[in-house]
Amino acid sequence: METAPNIVPQVNTGFVTSKLEEMIGWARKFSIFQYPFVTACCGMEYMATACAHYDVDRFGAGLPRFSPRQSDVLFVVGTISHKLAPVLKQIYDQMADPKWVVAFGVCTCTGGFYDNYSTVQGIDTLIPVDVYIPGCPPRPENVLDGLMKLQEKMQKQKQAL
Amino acid sequence: MQELHKKLKEKFPDDVLGTHEQHGDETAIVKPSSLLKVAQFLRDDPEFAMNFLMDLTAVDGLRLGWNPRFQVVYHFFSYGKNHRLRIKVPAADGGSVPSLTGLWAVANWFERECWDLFGVKFDGHPDLRRIMMYDGFVGHPLRKDYPINKRQPLIGPGAIAK
Repeated sequence: METAPNIVPQVNTGFVTSKLEEMIGWARKFSIFQYPFVTACCGMEYMATACAHYDVDRFGAGLPRFSPRQSDVLFVVGTISHKLAPVLKQIYDQMADPKWVVAFGVCTCTGGFYDNYSTVQGIDTLIPVDVYIPGCPPRPENVLDGLMKLQEKMQKQKQAL
Repeated sequence: MQELHKKLKEKFPDDVLGTHEQHGDETAIVKPSSLLKVAQFLRDDPEFAMNFLMDLTAVDGLRLGWNPRFQVVYHFFSYGKNHRLRIKVPAADGGSVPSLTGLWAVANWFERECWDLFGVKFDGHPDLRRIMMYDGFVGHPLRKDYPINKRQPLIGPGAIAK
């Protein structure tokens, strides 16, 4: 009688080893739900970036949410006046953690050429900003570069659980 | 040319302080106390028929040495006649001119803007509040003596609100 071969049990399902921190960063950076806070001409460039030619969905950021409660990246797109500033602050406060802020265009970064009585001289005087995308308005390539920098930051940062 | 300013001057010799015309743009300068009368005539007279108040703004003549300091400028247009006329009304610093809200409803927001940015008051306006700037803003930012670097944030560093 033949002896049964000594079979090593095979594991058919693959697995990877990782750190929980990196795993969460990877998941978060490819599931960006943006809140577009669009006030001015930069909005056109934002739309160009979001549409098929540049296709922001490649980066997992294809679904803007129009409620701050459902979103985790606040895109501030366009000039912010002092009168509007409390609204922006409230929107930011309404977003659930973890959350990030992108300043889109020079008006949001520094006030741009609106160095006058009515315009906020950079939204970082109101809320913390993660990525600044300069340009008046920025080209879609520039926006995607900023988005990738934000993804890098999301991946590398200490993940709040 | 229609020469509307001349006709207006003939019709109101005591109320129209002066007229001029350049490249077909006609202007008449009207006494503040007569503005309502003249404006009503411009709107209702079949020859003028100015049914559209296109724009209302002011000019600060501080550095030009004007006395009185401001001129409120009205741009009238007639759809039916396709002609335009500009009316200017002098206004002193802190003074006022009559409101045209009873004749053109659009004057309501125009006059609020003019009050907000220049500080010219409009007598008889139903709701003369700021429209561009926020409540609590100090001063009138389009005046020539408003400091160019003055900032009054509503929130954040240096905020005027609590």
